[in-house]
Amino acid sequence: MGNKISITINGQKVDVKHGTSILDAATQAGVIIPTLCYHKDLCIAGNCRVCVVELAGQKRLATACATPCESGMEVMTNTLKVRNSRKHIIELLLTEHNADCTSCYKNGNCELQTLASEYKIMNQDFIHLVPFKNYTVDKFSPSIIKDDSKCIRCQRCVRTCAELQSVNALTMAFKGEHAKVTTFFEKTMSEVVCTNCGQCINHCPTGALVEKNYIEEVWSAISDKTKYVVVQTAPAVRVGLGEELGFDPGMRVTGKMVSALKKLGFDAVMDTDFTADLTIIEEGTELLTRLKKVLVDKDSTVKLPMATSCSPGWIKFIEHMYPEYLDNLSTCKSPQQMFGALVKTYYAKSRNLDPESIVSVSIMPCTAKKFEANRPEMHDSGYRDVDYVLTTRELAIMIKQAGIDFLKLDDMHYDRIMGESTGAGVIFGATGGVMEAALRTAYELVTGREVPFENLNITPVRGVEGIKEASIKIEKPLKEWAFLDGVELKCAVAHGLANAKIVMDEIKAGKTNYHFIEFMACPGGCLGGGGQPIPTSPEIRAKRAAAIYAEDEGMPLRKSHQNPEVIKIYADFLGKPLGEKSHHLLHTKYTPRKRF
Amino acid sequence: MKPIIELIKDLADKHGRERHNLLPILQGVVEQEKYLSEYSMIEIARELDMPATEVFGTATFYSFLEHKKMGTYIIRVCKTITCAMKGEKQILLTIEDMLKIRVGETSSDGKFSLLQTNCLGLCHKAPAMLINNEVYTDLTPEKIRDILTMYMNKKEGGENVN
Amino acid sequence: MSTNYLLKRVDFIFKNENDWEDVLKKSINRPPQELINELISSELKGRGGAGFPTGLKWKVASEEKSDVKYVICNADEGEPGTFKDREILSRVPFKVLTAIAICGHVIGAKKGYIYLRGEYYFLQPELNKAISEFEYFCKEINFEFSIKIFMGSGAYICGEETALFESMEGKRGEPRNKPPYPSSFGYMGKPTVINNVETLAHTYTIFRYGSKRFYDLGVQYSRGSKLFSVSGDTPKPGIYELELGMSLADFVEEFGDDDTKAVQVGGASGFLVPRKKFAETNIGFQGKLVGISLPTGGSMMLFNSSRSMFNVLDNYLNFFAEESCGQCTPCRVGCQQLLMGIKAVKRGDKNAQYLDKLLKLAETMQITSKCGLGQSVANSFSSIVENFREEMIY
Repeated sequence: MGNKISITINGQKVDVKHGTSILDAATQAGVIIPTLCYHKDLCIAGNCRVCVVELAGQKRLATACATPCESGMEVMTNTLKVRNSRKHIIELLLTEHNADCTSCYKNGNCELQTLASEYKIMNQDFIHLVPFKNYTVDKFSPSIIKDDSKCIRCQRCVRTCAELQSVNALTMAFKGEHAKVTTFFEKTMSEVVCTNCGQCINHCPTGALVEKNYIEEVWSAISDKTKYVVVQTAPAVRVGLGEELGFDPGMRVTGKMVSALKKLGFDAVMDTDFTADLTIIEEGTELLTRLKKVLVDKDSTVKLPMATSCSPGWIKFIEHMYPEYLDNLSTCKSPQQMFGALVKTYYAKSRNLDPESIVSVSIMPCTAKKFEANRPEMHDSGYRDVDYVLTTRELAIMIKQAGIDFLKLDDMHYDRIMGESTGAGVIFGATGGVMEAALRTAYELVTGREVPFENLNITPVRGVEGIKEASIKIEKPLKEWAFLDGVELKCAVAHGLANAKIVMDEIKAGKTNYHFIEFMACPGGCLGGGGQPIPTSPEIRAKRAAAIYAEDEGMPLRKSHQNPEVIKIYADFLGKPLGEKSHHLLHTKYTPRKRF
Repeated sequence: MKPIIELIKDLADKHGRERHNLLPILQGVVEQEKYLSEYSMIEIARELDMPATEVFGTATFYSFLEHKKMGTYIIRVCKTITCAMKGEKQILLTIEDMLKIRVGETSSDGKFSLLQTNCLGLCHKAPAMLINNEVYTDLTPEKIRDILTMYMNKKEGGENVN
Repeated sequence: MSTNYLLKRVDFIFKNENDWEDVLKKSINRPPQELINELISSELKGRGGAGFPTGLKWKVASEEKSDVKYVICNADEGEPGTFKDREILSRVPFKVLTAIAICGHVIGAKKGYIYLRGEYYFLQPELNKAISEFEYFCKEINFEFSIKIFMGSGAYICGEETALFESMEGKRGEPRNKPPYPSSFGYMGKPTVINNVETLAHTYTIFRYGSKRFYDLGVQYSRGSKLFSVSGDTPKPGIYELELGMSLADFVEEFGDDDTKAVQVGGASGFLVPRKKFAETNIGFQGKLVGISLPTGGSMMLFNSSRSMFNVLDNYLNFFAEESCGQCTPCRVGCQQLLMGIKAVKRGDKNAQYLDKLLKLAETMQITSKCGLGQSVANSFSSIVENFREEMIY
């Protein structure tokens, strides 16, 4: 039913498609209606009631988000009744919200605060309910802090955890005055299925869910003269950071970010893209080895499809939900952890540093990386491989604290040694990027020719679709890969854990014949990560993705195996892919976990 | 008493394993166990292939689906308006006094739990209460003493009082 | 004595159930449209409290195109002071079962459910026996229809129709956004007619005796009879079938204890009427009757002069604060604010003007809450505070 209907909003005629919500119609007409429980990524809840509007002839107000337009509807968004009601609702929310704004981590980026400020809630004298409730702050997770006293029960986090991520760590429990967002039997976030992906943080309108920040720890390390503080930056950070510092979404700020990090006082500024390239070599080799073992050696202990292992949210997800498939995971560590293991070994050796004095910091678009760095197995350098993980947001805070005028910074380059990267490393930040980078290298390794896609852009694995498929037929391979002749390499890409679940369930049901699958925990991949600037939306993520691919196109080298530093590290240190040293430093194992 | 896993399997066989069968299954477990333990909820979630968190979230919405350990006999005294007007406080005091527990507590022998509940729909015979699924109306302190004495003398797992 | 004594007892609901087999056989041989017309001309309105025209409900659902439809009998009778549905189900279950099946015939549903509140668990064995017998008869006459009991588990809000669907679907009983309405998108997303127990019992009467017998009872806009659950300070608590349209004065004359100070009409979510307004208040649906006309699910609670209206309101608000589903802001937080607010005024922590602020808040709750619960809390709050303001303060 594509037919158009007409309504009026504040007297202005608007033509909309049948089924359009009043909220969307208002946006179309340039009328702003405040919202709280509404989020573009999520299903409609209609529970905060902030978006109420008046409809001609009706005593009761309607929610703009949940009410579809009907022909002839007369909507009024700014009547006395509407304003008073909204004000009441905001006041009510403030009474159950611990509004200690000045000491809140989300101060300045809180939707409730913004609304309170717009509606000038000054003399509200309803009874403050927070002191009567037994609220707790859960700080047990290394990634996420959950402060129930700031929760306004909009359920955006619950819907995020269920709809986007299929994790269901969070739920609404109890009812009435006791209704709250909580976990299974009110356990701490560290005890339940939480994957630490941080999407709940990205979708929380207040400070009820925030990342556990390590800003002060990093400042202390920087000011400690006995410490050599190195920093790595993940691919997606460079296309998100600008949003926190005055740029529109989609701005690439790589050079400015490097400058800023140097000004902050880091001793070396390096690039996770380097280990992204390295991951491709290791993971690509692992894939080809697995293919050989399955196709030639008929080794039934080797599992296909092989799944990527760069996304720590995905890793914890599969550990909880599909522990019987852990052998399908690539054993490669994520680029962050490869980097960490190499910084305190290879880098320390090259620079003649005592690894003990090195403090290894990473800037990630991700909160699950905090958990990952904290995993007991991530000590292969002999030390904790990555000491502190900061999100894109935390880095922005440090830049602001340091008084750096980000917009005026000159561009700078990453430092030598583990600072070089290719376009293939950059696109790790977008969904499909790991797959594309792997194919660029693996295909060439096997056939000696470039992937048969124009300008190396493997477009079938790009884009916002939740699950993408691609296949490449291998023809005329090099002699040593002759067993792959005629093999159609079948690949899939899934982002957002809800999509990962769909693919895994298909695998479980025996419905697929993929060889290789890229899984990313977050919608859009890392660029939509739980540590990226807030707000997020499909449009914002699309802009960040465009920036990532533009960065790739602009790189002189666009294939991981071309990275001169990668070539050098194998020659000087690692030996060969999947070699003994690689095995020790760059690969890992996984832990089955309980499903609740 | 069936082992919980077996009970849950039987309930799922009887009602089905789709989400819309959740409530009858929860009720079936509560019928035997009087409450839903962590273990029960995890097993129900496994049996129905749904998130345990959602089992918890759903169960805690309903007043009769307790998630804390309860006594063999759960006494629910109505506290809504007519019962409150007709001596609900006296009834509660009498029970508390007899069982030596307060509202929300379970007697040390694990036999009785005392709870308050909202309108039982027995306002014309107020005050009223439930003991498990049995209805008791027009309560007086004397009547309470008789009823509780009868329950106290009942052997665990004994036949129905009525 | 009142001069225009209109209180008339009626005996339809509880009499004569031995002919249900005939009623069923005859009705399912009539075309659906004819039955709908019968209902429409009877002007029967829903007896659960909201008062939606029953015939229209059935008509809309009958026009929906769907292979699967449902009929649900709402027996989640949770409104404080209401206990009539339990009596109907235990005394004349076959009338209700027959009505459910006839509705199935009308709208094209093969399955009916009775959502029975957890508190009425004890009704289940007898009711199940009746259902078996009923289904056996359906089979005998080659009428494909089955009925199942779905037990609630203690949640007042599940009486709200969309919350009830959610509950039946194994979820938290949180009301849905409307539209879509049950007649197009109900249980399991299928077209569903959901009627209160008593409403269904009345349709039985209408199909049995014809719409005129029903229509001739009551007054304009409020046709037929209705069961009243009478409780509180009355010498004769119980259930009574009365013609609609009576004045509250007549009601109190009959059921009061000569000291009636106020009557709560429609349960905790209804209105409190003080003595001085008894004469001008009629019991029925909104219409052009003289004075005020109050719809009701049938709960009539009488209070005599020994009762503190503060305590009454405190009890109601406690009930609502607990039984709100907790999803929408005005209801979840509003109920707590009203409850704590009246206590603060009583204690002297807030001045009397704070009551006016709370009255405004109640108004907002009424126009912004997601479902009927939040919308109706203001009814009792405002009517008690406005009529018994001194009792709130001193």
